[in-house]
Amino acid sequence: MNLKFHNKKITGILTVLPENEVNFDDEIENYDFSRGQSMKLKLIMGYGKRRVVKDGTTASDLCVFGLKYLFDNDLLNKDEIDALILVTQSPDYFVPSTSHVIHGKLDLKQDMYCLDISQACSGYPVGLNQAFMLLEQEEINKVVVLNAETMSYKVSLKDRGSRPLTGDAAAITVVENDPSGSIIHGTVKLDGKGADALIIPAGGFRMPSTAKTAKLESDESGNSRAMDHLVMKGDEVFNFVQKEVPIMVDNLLAKADKNKDDIDYYMFHQPNKFMLKKLADKIGVPYDKMPNNIVENFGNASGVTIPTNLTYNLGEKLLTDSLLICLAGFGAGLSWTSLLMKIGNLDFCNTIEFKN
Amino acid sequence: MKEKILAFLTEIRPEFDFSESSNFIEEGMLDSFDIVSLVASLDEEFGISIDGTEILPKNFSNVESIYQLLIKNGVAK
Repeated sequence: MNLKFHNKKITGILTVLPENEVNFDDEIENYDFSRGQSMKLKLIMGYGKRRVVKDGTTASDLCVFGLKYLFDNDLLNKDEIDALILVTQSPDYFVPSTSHVIHGKLDLKQDMYCLDISQACSGYPVGLNQAFMLLEQEEINKVVVLNAETMSYKVSLKDRGSRPLTGDAAAITVVENDPSGSIIHGTVKLDGKGADALIIPAGGFRMPSTAKTAKLESDESGNSRAMDHLVMKGDEVFNFVQKEVPIMVDNLLAKADKNKDDIDYYMFHQPNKFMLKKLADKIGVPYDKMPNNIVENFGNASGVTIPTNLTYNLGEKLLTDSLLICLAGFGAGLSWTSLLMKIGNLDFCNTIEFKN
Repeated sequence: MKEKILAFLTEIRPEFDFSESSNFIEEGMLDSFDIVSLVASLDEEFGISIDGTEILPKNFSNVESIYQLLIKNGVAK
């Protein structure tokens, strides 16, 4: 599905990273790799440093910390927030919505729109799409999009496919109307038949958590995980991404009447370094236009890797320049989404550390 | 080129004799991480980028299939 938005802009992006850092070198003994294989995969996949929350910290804690930072530094007036969107698959509770928990903790005004969206790796473009649509309302002038994940809780210590890559983070993106704004093009695609390619089988209403679902079991690849843990069919996800994302990007650029060279940066979700390099090769863009360094520095925090990519790699530039950027998210669902938009002259674009 | 392929396979999984196997995947000699390592080595050695859509287990089942994959991705015979 193609989407088009007029007169909308991002005015600020803040990434919140837990200060707690885990290094792959210290975890090697957990995984069934030889030492040589670990060192090789470290370079290829981007196994490196990951930011993970300490026990008890949730998505709402990261978001509240970041929003308080913006309020305290006069970068955002809480009374001007007309809508709060939280995109997460690691909510504090099933009931109520975590966005409402955040609303309460910050004592935000009652006259506002507040919702959770359950999306993972595609969550950044999906959250922005929702913000753009809400801004069509006369009484909504400023939308705050929160992306937050603490998925490290749900990845087995003995899962060498997911554990060395998984990080936690949150991001806050402020979206407003802009009468002089250029057209924003977007694409949303999905295939629910691939829902089990990335799944936490137990813990919901379909299969409630029990002692049995918490029991670790080994698979043929030497991973040990429980039904309560995240399960990823890595081969299927990799191949779906390589097949569908380049087509999506080509279609998006065609709709916007742009060539690949017209785009300043391709800021994509970062599951691992190998996948990003293969995508850049397939799409035909140089690696410096599609950064792939978020996983090795902070880990894969699902949809939060895109705003982290923006603040970490383009933070200074986006305060003064305006760049044409292609955003793309892809993963659980299966889903794959993209946006082509001008981003720049932001009020803030930086990263802060969450301290317990 | 086939000798080079065999050398990389042996480097990745020295415990196996790849010249004696007809299907590396079915016989459990290569897993997805080994394939990733092999692709990275082949890309670097031959100055190519194997198409991501072709990184499928069936294309790594024996030396001949890997050889054909390299040809398809631009390595001269």
